Amino acid sequence: MNARMAGQASAPPALPPRGFLRRRIFTSDHRALAVLYLLLGLAAVTIGTLLSLVIRVHRVWPAVAFPFYGMLRPEDYLAVVTMHGTLMVFFVLTVVPQSAFPNLVLPAQIGADRMAFPRLNAAAFWLTLASLFVLLAAFFVPRGAPISGWTSYPPFSAIPATGPGQGAGMDCWLAAIGLFCIAAVASSANFLATILARRGQGMTFGRLPLTVWSWLASSALTVIAFSTLFAAALMLFADRHFGTSFFIPAGEVISGIPRAGGGGSPMLWLHLFWFFGHPEVYISILPGMGLASALLANFTRRPVPAYRFMVAATLLIGFLGLGVWGHHLFVSGMNPYAGTAFGLTTIAIAVPSSAEVLTWLAMLFRGRMQLTTPMLFTLGFISFFIAGGLTGPILAQPALDAYLHNTFFVVAHFHLVMAMAGVFSVFAGIYYWYPLLTERLMNQTLGKAHFWISLIAAYGTFFPMHFAGLAGEPRHYAQLAGPIESFPSLIPVERGITFAALTLATAQLIFFFNVIYSARHGVRAGGNPWRATTHEWCPDAHPITRGEPYAYGPESGPEKDFLPQWESATPAPSQFGAREYPSGLKPE
Amino acid sequence: MPATFTRHQVEIEKRDTGYGGKPPVDRRPTGGGGGDDNWDSHSSRHGGPRELLIRYRLAVLSGLAGDFVFFAVLVSAFFVRPTAGHIDAGANFVSDWHPIAIPPILWINTAILLLSSLTIEVARRQLFHEIDVMEEWLGLGRPAVRRAAPWLAATILLGGLFLTGQWIAWQQLAAQGLFFATNPNSHFFYLVTGAHAFHLFLGLFALLFALVAIFRLKKVEMRQIALDCTAWFWHAMTLFWIFLFVLLVCYQ
Repeated sequence: MNARMAGQASAPPALPPRGFLRRRIFTSDHRALAVLYLLLGLAAVTIGTLLSLVIRVHRVWPAVAFPFYGMLRPEDYLAVVTMHGTLMVFFVLTVVPQSAFPNLVLPAQIGADRMAFPRLNAAAFWLTLASLFVLLAAFFVPRGAPISGWTSYPPFSAIPATGPGQGAGMDCWLAAIGLFCIAAVASSANFLATILARRGQGMTFGRLPLTVWSWLASSALTVIAFSTLFAAALMLFADRHFGTSFFIPAGEVISGIPRAGGGGSPMLWLHLFWFFGHPEVYISILPGMGLASALLANFTRRPVPAYRFMVAATLLIGFLGLGVWGHHLFVSGMNPYAGTAFGLTTIAIAVPSSAEVLTWLAMLFRGRMQLTTPMLFTLGFISFFIAGGLTGPILAQPALDAYLHNTFFVVAHFHLVMAMAGVFSVFAGIYYWYPLLTERLMNQTLGKAHFWISLIAAYGTFFPMHFAGLAGEPRHYAQLAGPIESFPSLIPVERGITFAALTLATAQLIFFFNVIYSARHGVRAGGNPWRATTHEWCPDAHPITRGEPYAYGPESGPEKDFLPQWESATPAPSQFGAREYPSGLKPE
Repeated sequence: MPATFTRHQVEIEKRDTGYGGKPPVDRRPTGGGGGDDNWDSHSSRHGGPRELLIRYRLAVLSGLAGDFVFFAVLVSAFFVRPTAGHIDAGANFVSDWHPIAIPPILWINTAILLLSSLTIEVARRQLFHEIDVMEEWLGLGRPAVRRAAPWLAATILLGGLFLTGQWIAWQQLAAQGLFFATNPNSHFFYLVTGAHAFHLFLGLFALLFALVAIFRLKKVEMRQIALDCTAWFWHAMTLFWIFLFVLLVCYQ
């Protein structure tokens, strides 16, 4: 029963292996994997952003020929949109908050020295990388990348004859998604086991940082959502190659040729896809919400009010997030009564989300705000979360959605609430945790320039899309101008959006420069540069947790305004262990 | 020390605290449970005897939760597909959903799988039997492993029999002219039985691995984990099969 015996049974700690490849690439060390995940996300976000610029430029100047490619045909445009969405949703907004950041700080934050299953964790990374390669291969297979959008609705996605890219390109897409699902479930199983069973000494559930609670919720969602997507992708694959018709309706006519067979239900795919797709939104945003709470506490120097309430809200968002998928299907022929029900659940999920937002605002109110770069990006996250979130309850009304669903209003909504809020929280995390990797701080001046340009350009890009959408501009159209202009009055708005998008993309060069420059020339960070309380900043690799996660404020002590989790509020324990015994009553 | 099933009551020693029955108040931050639940006196890196086992079980259970969703999604197609007919000119509801007769051998397969779940449970329990495990832990031979191995081997045999039985069932259906692509119901039948058989195929490898592992692994805890996790996976597959089988028999 005693711990020392168990300790003897396990192997002694191995020395770190030598050589760059063994230490940084082919390793199961979670910090090294975090860097690999970040680089993977960086590659994906670069390609995804370039694709989005192609979209923007093509929309306003359809006659422009692209270097190394030439003119963009309508099917090319759809392929670009498909690949942009897939890369961004899976390889950026899932990989970075849900894989890179937990690998970077999750074990440290719970007082553990490593993950529960380091090799499983490493295998998940390599599967994700393989998935990225398979997806990008779609550009180079015969007839190019798939064109049915990141949601791959059948029958378009189920019948190869429906368009270029729907053959080999679509198969690449499905294979990539299958690999990604396996990787996501594997890494989430590891995170769940790590959080539940590898917490260090003293790390009770009541002391878990809110980021860890978010990863707990999002990992549980990942297991459920990505298993759903895997099964759906398997059935779609069977429809394409094994003559089944789960999703192919009867009476399809393709290019004038009637197609025999069918009788399946495309709606089934929609339901299954969005049963994955909506939790996926929370998988990518919940870590950002946890990070926002932590960073606000850190940079307003006050504790998170109602810690338990925030935990409950996080878990509730995760739970309710499983029941709202139908709001993506209002205009797709779903039973209108179901639409009403899904409208209600969607309104319901706004309640815990608003509760979190109001808590953040309460923390800002009279907080001693320190406008560091991570704090600015957190404020940006909150700003986008509110701006994009407010249109959520509007789109949750089936009657309003009937008009807005296929317009740019929806594009504005999800790019603000998911993409921009997600990316800004990723930036906040990178600026905040950068010293963990380099022992230096990122340059504040460059960081602030990056923040302000990005904030203004991001609003400039996505906010006008609301007006374009309200005016009825449809999404998924390859071009707005041309021989017949569909919405001539909107062309100036579209042009402005494109200029803003180009500015937004260019501003990221400041960030890249800052990342590289500060690794060499940044200010030395010291042990705990942000004077934070959570364990990733603890000098000891095996810290004992002695208190609440966010003990900020003047009451924490006479000299400093915070009490790290590894420090005790009371004097060191006496030599008699847990209990205070009066003199003369020592236990034997 | 490895985890065991304890067959006798452990007597909890009650010590007089010297305060006239009233426990001393400890105001330092503790594990929250009060009393002796003081995390400061726990070891952080190795925890209790069950911690490693629980960690592995959690990972397996998380994976199985995903697996359950996977099968539930396949089954959702089973419920949606029959309703996806259309109404023809004569106002008749036309559906291409034709129920198929379940090959009777599936009943035998079900019995075999249930039996295999029983045998692996017996094997699993051998590795937690306290007296045997203590002997193994102290290095006095391998009584638990010797008792578990035949049951594990029996499970492998039964698992193999089940898969063979499934293969025969597919052959019988094929002989009737029902292939994967024949009609919507056969898509479904082959898809769920195939997905399940694939899981059991992996499960057989896991069983073989566990059989080798309980002899080869040096640590008692790891031997327990190898068999325990395989057993839970196998039980889950039995449970999924019963779910699928009831569906195939009753709800076509």
